[in-house]
Amino acid sequence: MMNTQASNKSDLLVVKNLVKHFPVRSGLLQRTSAWVKAVDNVSFVVKQGETLGMVGESGCGKTTVGRTILRLVEPTSGEVSFNGQDLTKMNNRELKPLRRDMQIIFQDPYASLNPRIPIGESVMEGLQIHNIGRPKERWEIAINMLKKVGLEEYHARRYPHEFSGGQRQRIGIARALALNPKFIVCDEPVSALDVSIQSQVLNILKDLQQEFGLTYLFIAHNLSVVEHISDRVAVMYLGKMVELTDRESLYREPLHPYTRALLSAIPVAHPSQKRERTILKGDVPSPLNPPKGCRFHTRCPIAVEKCSQQEPEFKEVRPGHFVACWLAE
Amino acid sequence: MSKDTLLRIEDLVLHFKTQKGSVRAVDGVFFELAHKEAVVVLGESGCGKSSLAKAILRLLPRNIDKYTGKIYLEGDEIMGMEDEDYRQNVRWVRMSLVPQAAMNALNPVLKVGDQVAEPMMIHHGVKKEEALVQAAKMFQHVGVPVDFLDRYAFELSGGMRQRVAIAMSLVTAPALVILDEPTSALDVLTQANIFNVLKRLKQELEVSFVLITHDIATSSELADRVAVMYAGQIVEVSDAHRFFAEPLHPYSRMLMASVPRLRANTEPEFITGQPPSLLDPPKGCRFADRCPKRFAKCSEEPPVVNVDGIQVKCWLYTS
Repeated sequence: MMNTQASNKSDLLVVKNLVKHFPVRSGLLQRTSAWVKAVDNVSFVVKQGETLGMVGESGCGKTTVGRTILRLVEPTSGEVSFNGQDLTKMNNRELKPLRRDMQIIFQDPYASLNPRIPIGESVMEGLQIHNIGRPKERWEIAINMLKKVGLEEYHARRYPHEFSGGQRQRIGIARALALNPKFIVCDEPVSALDVSIQSQVLNILKDLQQEFGLTYLFIAHNLSVVEHISDRVAVMYLGKMVELTDRESLYREPLHPYTRALLSAIPVAHPSQKRERTILKGDVPSPLNPPKGCRFHTRCPIAVEKCSQQEPEFKEVRPGHFVACWLAE
Repeated sequence: MSKDTLLRIEDLVLHFKTQKGSVRAVDGVFFELAHKEAVVVLGESGCGKSSLAKAILRLLPRNIDKYTGKIYLEGDEIMGMEDEDYRQNVRWVRMSLVPQAAMNALNPVLKVGDQVAEPMMIHHGVKKEEALVQAAKMFQHVGVPVDFLDRYAFELSGGMRQRVAIAMSLVTAPALVILDEPTSALDVLTQANIFNVLKRLKQELEVSFVLITHDIATSSELADRVAVMYAGQIVEVSDAHRFFAEPLHPYSRMLMASVPRLRANTEPEFITGQPPSLLDPPKGCRFADRCPKRFAKCSEEPPVVNVDGIQVKCWLYTS
C-alpha cells in the first residue's frame, strides 16, 4: 500500500553523516580513555508518511540513532534536518516547539510509565509541558487518545501496574500521539510483548499512521516484524549502515552478506522448511575498536583482501538500493 | 508406557501460597518424552512454564501450597523420593537444568571452567583435575575454545556464556536436560548458533531436551514433540511435524497464526484479551473467554481427547 507511494513523497527527515561517540572514562580522574563508536557516519532519509524500519543486532547503534535524531542524546557531529530545519544547530528553546512534532515510543513498557501517577496523567503530561489547552481539555485529549489505542475512559484513572504489557505499550503509543506529532521513533515497541499480542500493537500503529499521516522510524531486531510494518528497511552493523532499500528488494534480493546472514538466521515455524542457515562465525567485534576496512570483514563469508584494507562506501548500486560492500556492484 | 519412554509426567500440580490466595502456576501438566527426543513446552509469559521446570526438578521455593502428580524418569517414579535421595541421585545426575537467563547466572568471581567442573566434583566425587578434563571435553562439545576454562564470565559474550551454561548442564552426562528460555535474550544470529549446538548435542551425546520457550519459530528447529501450555495447563501434546502443519487446539491455532512470517502474504493475527489470573482461573475451559469457537459446553472442564495420537484438551474434539 504505502511503499509504492512513498517514493514520490518529500523528505521529512534528512540525516547526514551522523556520528555519536560515547567516551569511556576510567581511573581516579575519570579521564576519557577510549571512545565507543556507537554511530559512525550514518546518512539516510525518511520520507513523509513512510515507515523506515531499522534492524541490527544488539549494540549496533540502532537505538542511539533514534535517540540522537530526537536529541535525547547529543550527536558528536553530523546533521539532522526535520522539515528543512537543522536540529543539531538549535538550542533547547528553539528545539522545544519542534519536540511536539517528534515523539518516541520506548522499548520497555514496564519501565517507561511512571508507576506513581494514573496513566491518563502520563498521557497528558506532554500537553502540560507544551501549555496546550486547559486541564480539562487536556484530560479529554488524553481520554480520546486512549480510546484510539483501544482503551476505555475508566482506564485513565488506573495505575500502570494494573495493565498488561500489551496495554502498557498501547498507553505508550497514546502518550506519543497526544501532542499530534508528525514523526515517531518507535524503539523496539513490540520486542517485550508476547507474540500473540504483538500484531495487535503493530496493527494499531499502522491504523494510526493512516489516520494521522504519521511517519515512523521503526527500530527492531526482528526482521520478520519489520517486514510487516516497513516501507523501506535499513540494516545496521557496528555503528554503520550497511544496506538500505525498499522492503521488497531487501527481503527478495539482499545485497549485503550481513543482511543475507540475518535473513537466513530467521527460523521458520515449520520443520519441513528446515534449511541450511548461513551461520556467521564469532561475535560482533567491540565498537571500542572496530575492525579496519569493512567492519564486517572479520565475519564475512565472502570477504576478499580489499575488504580488510579499505572501507566500502555506502552507495546507490541500483535505484533506491544503497549498500556498503565491495562485492555488491 | 513404552520401553523407550524417558520421561512421563502425569497430572503434575504446583500451587504457590500468596497473600492473595493460592496461585495455580502448574495445574495439570502431562506429557511423555522418548530417549534422544526434544519436547518443546510452548507458552506465553505467565502461563506457568518456568514453574513447570522447577516442579520437574524439585527446585521449589518455600511457599508451596500443593505439589502433587507423578513423574517417571526411565521408569522410576521420582515424586515420591526423599529430598536427599533426589538431590544425590536425580538432580544434576540424571537430569539437569539450564536456567532462564543462564548467561547472567554464572558466578562472577569463579573461573567458568571451575564452575563447569563443580557438578562433577559434587555428584561424582572426582578430583578437580579430572573434573576439569571433563569440563574441557564439554567445552569442545558446545563450541567454546578450551582456553576459555580460565576465563571469568564477564570476559565472555552472551552467546559464549550461554554455551558455558549448557556445558555445565551436560558435564555429568544426564539423560535429560531442561532448558528454560535458552536463547530469549540473544540476537538472532547467536540464537541460530546455539540451536545448531543443541541439535548436534542431541545426536552426539544422546541426550533428551525439555525446551521451555515462548519462541515458536526458533523452537521448531529442535522439536520432536510439542506441548502447548495455557494458564497452568497443557492444552495440546502433538508430534512436531503435525503440530507445525496443523495444530488442533484453538489456542494453538491462534498462537501459530500470530507468528509473523517472512515473505508471507498474510498478516499475522492476534489473540484478543489476556490470559486469566492463575489466582482464580475460570471453572471450565481456561481459554473459553478468548476462544472464537466457544460454545455452551466450554463452561465445563474439557477432557483430554486423543485424536490420532495427538492429545488435545478441548470440547470440539469429543465426538
